[in-house]
Amino acid sequence: MATVLADLDFRVFMQPVVGGGGNYLTYLLFGLGWTLSLAITSWILAFVVGSVIGVLRTLRGNVLPRLGALYVEIFRNIPLLVQLFIWYFVLPEIAPLFGTWFKERLSPEFQQFVSATLCLGFFTAARVSEQVRSGIMSLGTGQYGAGLALGFNTAQVYTLILLPVAYRIIIPTLTSEFLNLIKNTAVASTIGLVELAQRSKNMGEYTSRLYESFIAVTILYAIVNLIVMLISRNIESATRLPGFVGGKK
Amino acid sequence: MYSFDWSSIPGAIPYLWEGMIRTLEITAVAVIAGMLIGTILAVCRLSRNVALSTLAAAYVTCFRSVPLVMVLLWFYLLVPDLVKRIVGNPSLDIRLLSAFVAFSLFEASYYAEIIRAGIQSVSKGQVSAGLALGMTSGETMRLIILPQAFRRMIPLLLTQAIILFQDTSLVYVMGLADFFGVAYNTGNRDGTLVELILFAGFVYLVICFVASTLVRNLQKKIA
Repeated sequence: MATVLADLDFRVFMQPVVGGGGNYLTYLLFGLGWTLSLAITSWILAFVVGSVIGVLRTLRGNVLPRLGALYVEIFRNIPLLVQLFIWYFVLPEIAPLFGTWFKERLSPEFQQFVSATLCLGFFTAARVSEQVRSGIMSLGTGQYGAGLALGFNTAQVYTLILLPVAYRIIIPTLTSEFLNLIKNTAVASTIGLVELAQRSKNMGEYTSRLYESFIAVTILYAIVNLIVMLISRNIESATRLPGFVGGKK
Repeated sequence: MYSFDWSSIPGAIPYLWEGMIRTLEITAVAVIAGMLIGTILAVCRLSRNVALSTLAAAYVTCFRSVPLVMVLLWFYLLVPDLVKRIVGNPSLDIRLLSAFVAFSLFEASYYAEIIRAGIQSVSKGQVSAGLALGMTSGETMRLIILPQAFRRMIPLLLTQAIILFQDTSLVYVMGLADFFGVAYNTGNRDGTLVELILFAGFVYLVICFVASTLVRNLQKKIA
């Protein structure tokens, strides 16, 4: 233990990267860039799909809520790694149109990025949909009825009344889903996307300075986590609703 | 149109079964050890001793802000090196042990939060009642609070175990032959990666769906 600590040498981050292009600090920061772009693009996908599925599950009738429930069961009961491999290895082989576009139009880097985005997006959507559903359910039927009484149709009731309130209620849980999503992007290293986790391994191999690179990357993840938490706390207090638990008086 | 070739699966069943045993081993060890460490962490976190509660909070925050893949890489690439420097036996292969420890320590931070919420859901009157009966605060926690807390937490603890069961597939980054590792290697060797990945996904889906349905029924019974 003591020898490891004595051996640590953080000047390694100023060394030029093997194969050119800046030093190891910028190498890791570019990895962080991949991690964050992956997290943000998949979050947009997850938010849209998750909202649709969440709404489906609160609708009246038999078919649509069941379809929503089926979606959630499938995406929650298969490990993320397996889902990623399905998007990356399986789908391009068995889906003709997607496969041709995927294999002929995309560079390897973007093949990995597209697969990871779709995988994380649809995976996280299942979890977002649960939050959206519970947000809408927490409003009870009064607001829905009031909307109909005012002459709105179902779509208007959802987009103008239920969803705006529901989103504001579930901001804390959405934040923790977004944090999970950022952490889950590390799984994309298994298909070779050179995001943060993969780059920490690469840097360790190139420089034989695994301890330094792992410490730096672990701290980077923690910092990102902290920043997202602070931002969301601000959004939360800015959008807090009067009359709800934890809301303004 | 892609033509599926499922022929390499029947022959691989014994290896896949061995892989599944390994997956279940890692899950079981991590659930039990994670719950034990998690309980200790939760009790420390709620303790009035500032040093203890800060330490426990720091542990939970650290592990929860780092991706599991990163934790597994730490334990795969660095911890064996550390152990070798201390023990001085360079030929030791401690990958499996590393995986056990990594999952246990990581899951402990998630179990700690569940258990803390469970303890806090027990009413304060129970603590006062325990103390009034002449029990020490340790006895009150052990004999009165924890049994009630655990009873309420059972569904959440089991749900976490199902998540953990799925997460064990990430030992892929350690090169361990768990269920998914075996499936992937078999597919890669026989050129039937598509079929093997789909098969593995299907098996996980069935197991986790059945397990989570059972947990949901249990939850209804308890509530």
